[in-house]
Amino acid sequence: MAYSDKVLDHYSNPRNVGSLDKNSQEVGTGLVGAPECGDVMKLQIKVNPETQVIEDAKFKTFGCGSAIASSSLATEWVKGKTVEEALQIKNTEIVKELSLPPVKIHCSVLAEDAIRAAIHDWKKKNGVAAEQPAPAAQASH
Amino acid sequence: MSTDVKMLTQEQRTQAPEGVKLPIYLDNHATSPVDPRVLEAMLPYFMEKFGNAASRNHSFGWAAEAAVETAREQIAKLIGATPKEIVFTSGATESDNLAIKGVAEMYREKGNHIITAVTEHKAVLDTCKRLEKYGYRVTYLPVQKDGLVNLEELKRAMDDKTILVTIMAANNEIGVLQPWAEIGKLCHERGVLFHTDGVQAVGKVPIDVNKENIDLMSISGHKIYGPKGVGALYVRRRNPRVQISPIIDGGGHERGMRSGTLNVPGIVGLGKACELARLEMAEESKRMASLRDRLKNRITNRLDETYINGSMEHRLPGNLNISFAYVEGESLLMGINDVAVSSGSACTSATLEPSYVLKALGTGDDLAHSSIRFGIGRFNTEAEVDYVADRVSETVERLRELSPLYEMAKEGVNLKDVKWAAE
Repeated sequence: MAYSDKVLDHYSNPRNVGSLDKNSQEVGTGLVGAPECGDVMKLQIKVNPETQVIEDAKFKTFGCGSAIASSSLATEWVKGKTVEEALQIKNTEIVKELSLPPVKIHCSVLAEDAIRAAIHDWKKKNGVAAEQPAPAAQASH
Repeated sequence: MSTDVKMLTQEQRTQAPEGVKLPIYLDNHATSPVDPRVLEAMLPYFMEKFGNAASRNHSFGWAAEAAVETAREQIAKLIGATPKEIVFTSGATESDNLAIKGVAEMYREKGNHIITAVTEHKAVLDTCKRLEKYGYRVTYLPVQKDGLVNLEELKRAMDDKTILVTIMAANNEIGVLQPWAEIGKLCHERGVLFHTDGVQAVGKVPIDVNKENIDLMSISGHKIYGPKGVGALYVRRRNPRVQISPIIDGGGHERGMRSGTLNVPGIVGLGKACELARLEMAEESKRMASLRDRLKNRITNRLDETYINGSMEHRLPGNLNISFAYVEGESLLMGINDVAVSSGSACTSATLEPSYVLKALGTGDDLAHSSIRFGIGRFNTEAEVDYVADRVSETVERLRELSPLYEMAKEGVNLKDVKWAAE
């Protein structure tokens, strides 16, 4: 399969690879996917407690080139956004930006999931209520 | 806390030594280049000697027929058969279909049970599946951890309705050699026919259809430095005389077993390829095995947590199949884009399922996703193998730095204990 130039670029020069201190109060960690499925993404955000702006983001990914590119792009996009803005990122935008073929759409879905999981973790740590009033559901996580 | 990981730039990565031409082809189980000596033998049969081997009344036909008969002898000689036992086909997929469907139809009154193994090529498995729709019973034998079928299980699977056992000689992914001589002996003791898909084994390791009790064997041209689009089926004529129904009807070529004008240049090429294999196999297989071991040692000496898939003892000399834990196969292939190999990762298949062959060995899905198949061939060199080993190793190292699984494993997390949020 031929990869788009953008996928190749993210694969060769992945942005924001690494790890943040997962025990820090300001850091939210999302770990999604499963080794058996061939894709695992870890995406971390560091959020300014005052402004709720994502000041840093890091990722590590086990997966194909498109999975690496999707998560790399996701870290680029969340940086500088507020958590609520970051929640608006849709997998379809990732598909479009990277020109992912249909068989690779699940990579973009996983990247969106990773953003949401990281934000969810940060909110839980900081007692920030979810936008939907569902405290019972959230507590059960 | 944060580290910057980049893939290796052109300057950082291992440089190809002088004389090594990129890209390097190390996927000889998929197909092999035509040997120049094979091409040379074929060329006259396109323009000068273009006759139809079935034209009995002029010299053009006679020349073509003579060439076909020479090829038949060359193939027969490689496997210990007689020329009349060789039927030409369009390739091994057709040979597998012809053998299995041909026997199934011809011996329907004797029985309806066929035995095969789960690691067979799809040309065998899907042919068997189709026969199941027509009322045949098929037993798919599991394989052991090393990829070999268990002879006791084969014995137990046989019953008085069993007409055919079809088990490949060498596996196309893991290169594992099945005990075909023992299987053949067992089949002949029970009066059951034995077909073997010999695509990967013929020309690479010695096979003797008589000594080893093989009744039918599929052969391909393009895996043994011959052309694509030509193959053969060996069909035993004595002890027992095997009969098969044709699957292609027409002019009654190939003793009625396979109609259709013969692909004369292709057949000449297949014959020449078999002759070269016969003459050079002993020396060549030693060289292949030493290159393969060199590749394996150079990689495994540098990297930890690599796993060889399938038996090393019973294996094609040119095959190596390794899983690199914590690294997904397709991303590894992307990183070594100047090397042609293949992966058992789901991402490299159309079905999004990891290799069914590796799964059958009990390899976890995670390691199946991480597997790479190396297929060393006649034209590979030591310098190429060294370069590939280094490129693979450095790319695995980089991808592990990028892998959350590697990080977790190094932190002491048992990945099996993690509750993964499956999609």
